[in-house]
Amino acid sequence: MFYRPLIRIVPDGTRIRFMRGRYAGLIVSAILSTASVALFFYPGLNLGIDFRGGVVVEARTPGPADFGAIRSGLAAAGVPDAGVQRFGKPTDVLIRLESPRDASATQLLVEKVNAGLQKAAPGTKILRTDAVGASVSAQLFRNGMLALGISMLMILVYIWFRFEWQFAVGAVVTLILDVTKTIGFLVITRLPFDLVMVGAILTILGYSTNDKVVVYDRMRENLRKYKTMPLRELIDLSINETLNRTLGTSMTVFLASLPLAFFGGETLSAFAWTMLFGIVVGTSSSIFIAAPILLFLGEHRLRTGTKQAGKAAAQAR
Amino acid sequence: MLYFSRLKTATVLGLCLLGVLLALPNAFPAPAAWLPWRTIRLGLDLRGGSYLLMQVDMQAVTRERLNTLAESARQALREAGLARYRVTPDQAKQRLLVNGLQPGTEAKALKALQPLASTTSNGFSSTSDLVFTQRPDGSILVTLSPTALVDRANQAVQQSIEIVRRRIDATGVVDPTITRQGRDRIVVELPGIGDPQRIKTLLGKTAKMTFHLTDETANTSLPTPPPGDEFLPLQGHPGTKIAVRRTVAVDGGDLTDARAAQDPSTGQWVVNFTFNSIGTRRFAEITRRYVGHPFAIVLDNVVLSAPVIREPILGGRGQISGNFTAQSATDLAVMLRAGALPAPLKIVEERTVGPQLGADAIRAGAIALAVGFVLVIAFMGTFYGLFGWFANVALVVNLILLLAILSVLQATLTLPGMAGILLTLGMAVDANILINERIREEVRAGRTPLNAMEAGCRRAYSTIIDSNATAFLAHVMLFIFGTGPIRGFAVTITVGIATSLFTATMLTRLLMSRWYIARRPAALPV
Repeated sequence: MFYRPLIRIVPDGTRIRFMRGRYAGLIVSAILSTASVALFFYPGLNLGIDFRGGVVVEARTPGPADFGAIRSGLAAAGVPDAGVQRFGKPTDVLIRLESPRDASATQLLVEKVNAGLQKAAPGTKILRTDAVGASVSAQLFRNGMLALGISMLMILVYIWFRFEWQFAVGAVVTLILDVTKTIGFLVITRLPFDLVMVGAILTILGYSTNDKVVVYDRMRENLRKYKTMPLRELIDLSINETLNRTLGTSMTVFLASLPLAFFGGETLSAFAWTMLFGIVVGTSSSIFIAAPILLFLGEHRLRTGTKQAGKAAAQAR
Repeated sequence: MLYFSRLKTATVLGLCLLGVLLALPNAFPAPAAWLPWRTIRLGLDLRGGSYLLMQVDMQAVTRERLNTLAESARQALREAGLARYRVTPDQAKQRLLVNGLQPGTEAKALKALQPLASTTSNGFSSTSDLVFTQRPDGSILVTLSPTALVDRANQAVQQSIEIVRRRIDATGVVDPTITRQGRDRIVVELPGIGDPQRIKTLLGKTAKMTFHLTDETANTSLPTPPPGDEFLPLQGHPGTKIAVRRTVAVDGGDLTDARAAQDPSTGQWVVNFTFNSIGTRRFAEITRRYVGHPFAIVLDNVVLSAPVIREPILGGRGQISGNFTAQSATDLAVMLRAGALPAPLKIVEERTVGPQLGADAIRAGAIALAVGFVLVIAFMGTFYGLFGWFANVALVVNLILLLAILSVLQATLTLPGMAGILLTLGMAVDANILINERIREEVRAGRTPLNAMEAGCRRAYSTIIDSNATAFLAHVMLFIFGTGPIRGFAVTITVGIATSLFTATMLTRLLMSRWYIARRPAALPV
């Protein structure tokens, strides 16, 4: 364990013909992404407080929480339509309220909730209060989307500078497919979509690009090395050569996220589950999506025969 | 790539040592006061505390400006001896309409109004804050210039920050931060405050206090007050209105001190105040002239009390009574001492985390961090052997360097930031995996150990840069557009990517090179 590696992920000389499954990969991906887009419109994302606004109060009652009493206490205090649910321990309750239009009314709601709780269960401790006005949540949402959009654009530009355009298009199309699937995952799991999730999606974007860059890098290198090899074989070869690395890095990031999912507490576990999903999607898309797209785009451009091979290699430099 | 000159070796090791030194302050309290003991600050979500985002009501700022302008315009026209005039503020267009003038007096009116404008000069040109337009029908428009309004808004925000700071300081909160955000917002961060109710009460009032004479002849049951008067509600008596002269007799801005106290005779809570010299003079003058008449103490358009002046008050000291509790009297005293806010503040976002929850979050984050760290290290040891352990050494150093840089920047560590640290660790070893896989391929291609290591490091290098650059860019964007805890995440990841580039390439290479020189192995453990 301390000198020689104990295990290899895949044995040397593995030659899996991934490009045979190119249609299957693309079709499955297209179906999943289309379904995700449909899910995005209905039932839609479960927007967290950052993006929807409103009031969330987490409180700890002295004894086991009596939800009926809390609900009626809140109603008596002037907040009839509060969502009250258990949160972790039996003494902990989570109270959610929609955001009123007027910003100052949000603060009024907080006061009413506090008063109602004290009346329903005297001695209740407020653990956390989040109150986000409508104007702020709209701004946070806009900024979150800007961060996502501009990041994608910069990734496109970066890859375009470093590689041929076919690679950039392949990467960005794959990234869009990855992101849509992640959004589908969020819709199905009902995990709250908030700023932390934007962070998760950006990390998945960064990770997934990283993965594609490594595979692309190898393809570019092999394009120079094997000037006559058909593109399809060359892509398969490149994927196989980098397979140990692809899986190795996926596993370390996966292992790093795993404890967050289990012990990280409410906010971080939602983040971590999304990350775990993203790692699986990002890794598989490098092989089954990004590579086939390149094969289709590059079949007649990156390599058409020995005559153009030299040109392609020159371009690659 | 494996050759390290002495200087280079010393630099790499020196940087690592510097990292350890800079990260140390987080583990121990400062042994001496003169040491630059910079530590990572914990975010409010980890240490508990309250974050309030407040918006300055800019409409109120212009409204206020327009109303005072209207008041001074009337006064100027009166003093110029004009018999007929009408001054109407137009809030939507941010201007005053002066009409109803006697024909022939327009020029005189304009002349009387012009001194109201104040000009600011920037050395090249001077600009006036008012624009006067004489219209064909004889009326005059006094428009607030847009640049002057922007200036005034800026000033209002600056002034608000100062007053918010004074009010919060009076409550004894340790280490509050009050900063401006954007055009019209103020961020207040109150570490350790699990219930910000008191502070919200203190910041919720503009606390503009004025002393007015009352109009005893006015009938308050009429729908509109007589000219020059306004009807204001009396605190503690719903439905009761008091007719108050619009003209401010003495301004609350002339107070120098205000203290809550108990009236020895009645036991009620009152606020005792002291005027400065201007206030003292004006107060003495008014009270001398109006003995036997009531005057009104008005706070934010509500009459606190309207006592009858029994005798002239010459010493500049007075007392406000008005159904106070110990708390509300203290709060009012704090607000009066701090001064009035130029405009109301609206709390548009609040994030409060109790200290208990913060401690829970730290524990959860720390457990996850420890488990994740062990898992990654075990993985690298199992799958990459000796070179994996080199990567693990680099990983530990990476963590230390990350903490060091965050300390130097005095960055804020948030809960998502802790997740960022863990992810950085997971991704940092990617560079080592790339190098190791590459070396392995080179060995299989028949290279000698030294050649393989050399070529492996060199060839993996560009891939490492490419793959990290994109992740780096994405998180810089998150830092620019994100707010609050998520910025902490972006910071740890971007810094972590930078430090991992150093440790994964420089440090592991140095370890490999030293190992090779010491052992001269015939085969590599890959």
